[in-house]
Amino acid sequence: MKLITAIIKPFKLDEVKEALKSAGVHGITVTEVQGFGRQAGHTEVYRGTEYKIDFVPKVKLEIVCATGEELRVVDTIVESARTGKIGDGKVWVTDLDGIIRIRTGERNDDAV
Amino acid sequence: MIDTGSTAWVLGSAALVLFMTPGLAFFYGGMVRAKNVLGMLMQNYFAMGLIGVLWAIVGFSLAFGGSGKWIGNFDFAFLKDLQHAATVLPGYKDPYALAIPALLFCAYQMMFAIITPALITGATADRLKFASYAVFLGVWSIVVYSPVAHWVFSPNGWLFKRGALDFAGGTVVHINAGVAALAVVLLIGRRRGYPDEPMPPHNLPLTLLGTGILWFGWFGFNAGSALGANQLAVQAFINTSLAASAAMLGWLVVERLKDGHATTLGGASGAVAGLVAITPCAGFVSAMSAIVIGALAGGICLLAIGIKRRFGFDDALDVIAVHLVGGITGSILLGLFADKSINPLGADGVFNGGGGELLGNQFVAVGATIVFSFVLSFAIAKVIDLTMGLRIDEAEENEGLDISQHAETAYA
Repeated sequence: MKLITAIIKPFKLDEVKEALKSAGVHGITVTEVQGFGRQAGHTEVYRGTEYKIDFVPKVKLEIVCATGEELRVVDTIVESARTGKIGDGKVWVTDLDGIIRIRTGERNDDAV
Repeated sequence: MIDTGSTAWVLGSAALVLFMTPGLAFFYGGMVRAKNVLGMLMQNYFAMGLIGVLWAIVGFSLAFGGSGKWIGNFDFAFLKDLQHAATVLPGYKDPYALAIPALLFCAYQMMFAIITPALITGATADRLKFASYAVFLGVWSIVVYSPVAHWVFSPNGWLFKRGALDFAGGTVVHINAGVAALAVVLLIGRRRGYPDEPMPPHNLPLTLLGTGILWFGWFGFNAGSALGANQLAVQAFINTSLAASAAMLGWLVVERLKDGHATTLGGASGAVAGLVAITPCAGFVSAMSAIVIGALAGGICLLAIGIKRRFGFDDALDVIAVHLVGGITGSILLGLFADKSINPLGADGVFNGGGGELLGNQFVAVGATIVFSFVLSFAIAKVIDLTMGLRIDEAEENEGLDISQHAETAYA
C-alpha cells in the first residue's frame, strides 16, 4: 500500500479533485498548509512597514492506494495541478505498513 | 422655518445612512472567498472617501442646484452659499419647504451618494481592478448618480414634476445601481472558475452582522427621508421594519419549499430585499401594504436568483436580483398601494381609487432610470476597460484581491 502526498496550488484543488474522482480514487484528505519552495513569497505592507511573507498558502492532499495504483494517481495529480509556472508544488509516494478501516476493521488492501 | 427637532432627527439619520456602507461592506465581505474579503471591504469603504469629497465639490450641486429639469448646475459647487443658514434650495418652496438647514440636506444626501455606487461592488466581486474601480466610482457618481437624483428627488426634476414617486431611492439608488451592476458584469466577464467551481461564502456571521447594520441604518435612509421629525417619519420607520420582517419570512418560506432548508443567508438576503422594495414606498403606503410589499419582494427576489444561471453573466453576489429586481418591485407596487391619506404630497395608487396614472408614472421612472443608467454605465466601464482594463490578470485573481490589490491579508 502507498501513501501519496501532494502539495498543490489552492485554486487548483477543485480541478485535481475532479480528475482524481474520474480516475477512480475513492477518497482524499485535504489540509490547508503554508510553506516555501522555489516560489518567492510576497510582500505585505502595513502603515508603510513592509513585511516579507515567505510562506505561501498551499493545499496538501493525502491519498492511500493499493500497490500498483500509485503511478496512475500520481500522473493524474501532476497533469491536473500543473500550470507550468513556478510554485506548482510536488508529489511524493511513501510505503505504508498497514491500513485499517475503523468502521469495519478491514485491513490493508481491503481498507483502501 | 428651521425646526430643531427635525434638524436633530435628520442629523442622526445622516449618520445612520453613512453606517449602512460599512454594513454593506460586511454583508458582501462575508459572502466572498477569504482571499478577497479585504478587497471587498476596501471598495465599499473607499466610497466613503472619494464620494464624500466629490459630493462637496460638485456632486450635490449637479443634483440639487438650479431649476433645470434634467440636471442641476454649479451654483453650489464647493458648497458655496450652503454654509449660510438663509440659503433656500431651488424648488424647495411650499409645499416642499425644508424644515432643516440646506447644509444638513446636503450632508444627508451625501450618504446616499456614497452607498449607491458601493452597491455595485457585489456584482463585480473578486475580479475588479482597484484603480479602475476608483475611476469608475468617481465618474459614475457625477455622470449617472447626480442627474438621476435630480430627476427624481429635486422638485425641479422631470420625474418629480411628472408625479413619479420615490420616497427614499427605489429608482435613484437601487435600480440605478442594479442596472449599473448589470452593465459592468457584462463587460468584465465571469469570475475564473464560475460556475463550475463552488465559491461558497467564507464567513456568514459577517454577512449577518452586516445585515443587522443595514437594517438599523435603513431607518435613517427611509424614516430620515421624511426630512422631519413627524408622523410621516414614524410611518416610514414602521413600514421599513415591517417590510424587512415580511420579506425575510417571504424569502424563507419560498426557500424552504423550493430548496428544503431555511438558510441564514436566505433570511439575511430576504430582509435586504424587503428593505430595498420598501425604499420607494416607505412614506406613501400604509403599514399593512408594507407587509404585503415586503413579502412579495422576498419571494420575487429569491425567484430572480433562481433564474440567474440561465443568463451567461456572473453577478457574483446577486446585486441584480436583490437591488434591480427589488427596486423595480417596490417602485411598481407603489403604483398600486400608494395612499394619499398617509402622505397628502403623494398620490393614490390603483388600489386606493387613484386609477392608473401613478402606475404609469412609476413605469416611466423605472424605464428612464434603467435606460439612462445602463447606457452611461456601460459607456464609462467600456472606456475604462479599453484604457486601464477593468479586470485583474489571471495570476492576481488566483492570488486574490487582498494580496494583489492591497498587499494585505485579512486572516493572518
